[in-house]
Amino acid sequence: MPSEIEQRDHRETEQVEPQRVWFFRGLRAMVSIPALILTAAFVGYAGMARASGLSLGETLLMSGLVWALPSVVVLTGAITSGLGMIPAAIAVTLASVRLMPMTMALIPVVKDGKKSNKLLLLFASHFVAVTAWVYAMRNLPEMPRHGRLAFFVGFGFGLSSVVTMITGIAYVMVEKMPPLLSASLFILTPIYFLCSLWSAARFNADKTSMVAGLVLGPIFHIYEPELGLLWTGILGGSLAYVATRLAERRFR
Amino acid sequence: MTDQWWWNYAMILVAGWIATDIWRWIGVFAGGKLREDGELLIWVRCVATALVAGVIARLILFPSGALAEMPMWLRAASAIIGFAVFSITGQKVVYGVLSGVIVLIAGWFLIGGV
Repeated sequence: MPSEIEQRDHRETEQVEPQRVWFFRGLRAMVSIPALILTAAFVGYAGMARASGLSLGETLLMSGLVWALPSVVVLTGAITSGLGMIPAAIAVTLASVRLMPMTMALIPVVKDGKKSNKLLLLFASHFVAVTAWVYAMRNLPEMPRHGRLAFFVGFGFGLSSVVTMITGIAYVMVEKMPPLLSASLFILTPIYFLCSLWSAARFNADKTSMVAGLVLGPIFHIYEPELGLLWTGILGGSLAYVATRLAERRFR
Repeated sequence: MTDQWWWNYAMILVAGWIATDIWRWIGVFAGGKLREDGELLIWVRCVATALVAGVIARLILFPSGALAEMPMWLRAASAIIGFAVFSITGQKVVYGVLSGVIVLIAGWFLIGGV
C-alpha cells in the first residue's frame, strides 16, 4: 500500500499534496464530538462484554474486526446464548446488511476515478460504520478527489484504533458498571445515530427514507424479527425514493 | 457451544468479521459501477438510510443489556426529546445526545428506580 501511494506522488504534479498529508488530515479530523460519543458508546459496550463473560482479547478482537456497534452487540448476544456458528453468522449477517448500501453509496464519493487501488478501497471499506460514513458523506464532496480516499482511511483507521484501545481500557478498569450508567451509555448510540443521520441527509429523499425506516423498522421487527431489517431497507428506501420523485414532479 | 478456548475467537472471525466485512466488500464492487450523480445511487442511499433508521428504531424499542430494564416510554421519550433539542439548537448533535441521556436518567429517578 505505501509503495502505491508513493508511486502516485511521483506521477502527479507538485501542486497536488501527497497522500500522507491527506491521511494525517483524516487522522486529525477524527478528534471530534462524534468520535467522543462513539467512544462513550463503546465504553458502555465494554461493560456489557465483561458482564457477558467475554475475555479482554475477545472484546478487543470483536470491536476491531466487526467495527459496527449494532453488529457487535448482536454477536455478543449470540455468543452468550451459546448459539452455533452458522445461526450466529446468519444473525450477524442479517444485522449487517446496511453496510452494503452504505459502502455502495460511499465508493463513488471516495474513489478517484480509475486511479484508486481496489485493494486499498477494500481495506478502507472496513471502516464503514455509521460515524465514519456520515462524516464522509457530509465532508468528502468538498475535498479534492485525489485526497478523499487517503483522508477516509486516516479517519477510519484512527477512529477504530483509538476506540478499540479505549474499549480495552474501559474493560480493564470498570469491573462492574452500575445499570443506570450502562443504560445511559447504551442510549447514546441510537440518539447519536438519529441526530447524525438527519444532519447527513442532503436531499428530501434521504429524510423521507429515514422516517420510513423509523416507522417500518419496529413493525417489521415484530412480524419478521430476522429478515425485518432487510425489508425495512428495501421497502422503506424504495417507497421514500418513489414518493420523493413523485412529489418533485408535482411541485415543479 | 464448546469449552475450547479458541471457540469464541473462531466465532468472532467467522460470525463476526466475515459476516460483516462481506457486505462491505460486496459494496465496494457494486459501488464501483455507480455514477456519483446517478439516479441509482440516490436509491441506494435511500435504502442505506432506511436500514440505518430501522437499526435506530430497534436499538430504542427492542434493546439488549441494561437499557432493556428501562421502560419503553422512557427510552422513546429520551430519543424524541434528544432529537427535538438537536433540532432547535441548530442541529448540534452533542446537545441532542446529552439531553437524551439526561431525560433517561431523570426519568429513571422520577419513577423511583434504583
